[in-house]
Amino acid sequence: MKFAIIEFPGSNCDHDAYHATKHVLGQQAEFIWHKDTDLRGADVVVLPGGFSYGDYLRTGAIARFSPVMARVREFADGGGPVIGICNGFQVLLEAGLLEGALLRNRALKFLCQHVHVRVEQTDTPFTDGATAGQVLRLPIAHGEGNYYAPPEKVASLEASRQVIFRYCAADGSVVDTANPNGSLDAIAGVCNPRRNVVGLMPHPERACESALGSADGLVVLESAIAAVVAKGAA
Amino acid sequence: MKTRVFVTLKTSVFDPQGRTIVEALQSMGYAAVRDVRQGKFFELDVDAATADEARTIAAEVADKLLANPVIESYRVEVDEAAVGVDRQ
Repeated sequence: MKFAIIEFPGSNCDHDAYHATKHVLGQQAEFIWHKDTDLRGADVVVLPGGFSYGDYLRTGAIARFSPVMARVREFADGGGPVIGICNGFQVLLEAGLLEGALLRNRALKFLCQHVHVRVEQTDTPFTDGATAGQVLRLPIAHGEGNYYAPPEKVASLEASRQVIFRYCAADGSVVDTANPNGSLDAIAGVCNPRRNVVGLMPHPERACESALGSADGLVVLESAIAAVVAKGAA
Repeated sequence: MKTRVFVTLKTSVFDPQGRTIVEALQSMGYAAVRDVRQGKFFELDVDAATADEARTIAAEVADKLLANPVIESYRVEVDEAAVGVDRQ
């Protein structure tokens, strides 16, 4: 199966995603330049982390108008699995493929550290191999990861189980001291109503080998592989 | 036509930069400054026949690109006249 990794000018985790999918997981992976208008038969689309367009205006605000985003939208509308990681999450929010926004971290500092997140829902293509409540140790590296949506929107996301990842302590408890950036309801990742588009601030693709400090991110990418295989077999 | 767009975080959204600035001002003795909201200012040169047309175009680009409606509101001014497109 094939992962398409979208490259915007300023993406810098594109090679991390490529390495994880191709070399660690042994899948096909292909970079797709943001001006391309063909996803070249990809089964899963990854919007990687970085600083697309230098974060000018707002994070992800310019990238959402890249030509490839029309194809990503069609792919998502057709039910294809799409994951946005960090800046990729910011792009998906700006594009309206996911709901909410990301504000500056509450302490106004860029954060580069490992955090714990709890898998809240397992009925997405990126968490179906995880168990509900499973705690993952993943790195974050962002200045604007403070998830915000109006209170009524947060309530509706919670009610429809669209909060997929939540910052937590190592034991899985959701406490304010484990919330690195001030995100509402400690939200680290959400999905769309159809549940095939997932975005999160932490970097599962940078946590796929224990030599790099954690292999907890593997379950996210392995879930996607299993989801595509299951869909093909169905 | 010079058209200005002011983008700020909605009042319902916490503005940590504004908060930091107001705290600095108060520590400098400016107790009279009770609140600060930090925002962005855009000056557009719009090819438009009338102020209304410039305002409409500026509001459209603010809706589509300059502001994120989830967290920000904006205000448009054409020339010196502060005019009525004021969307929260």
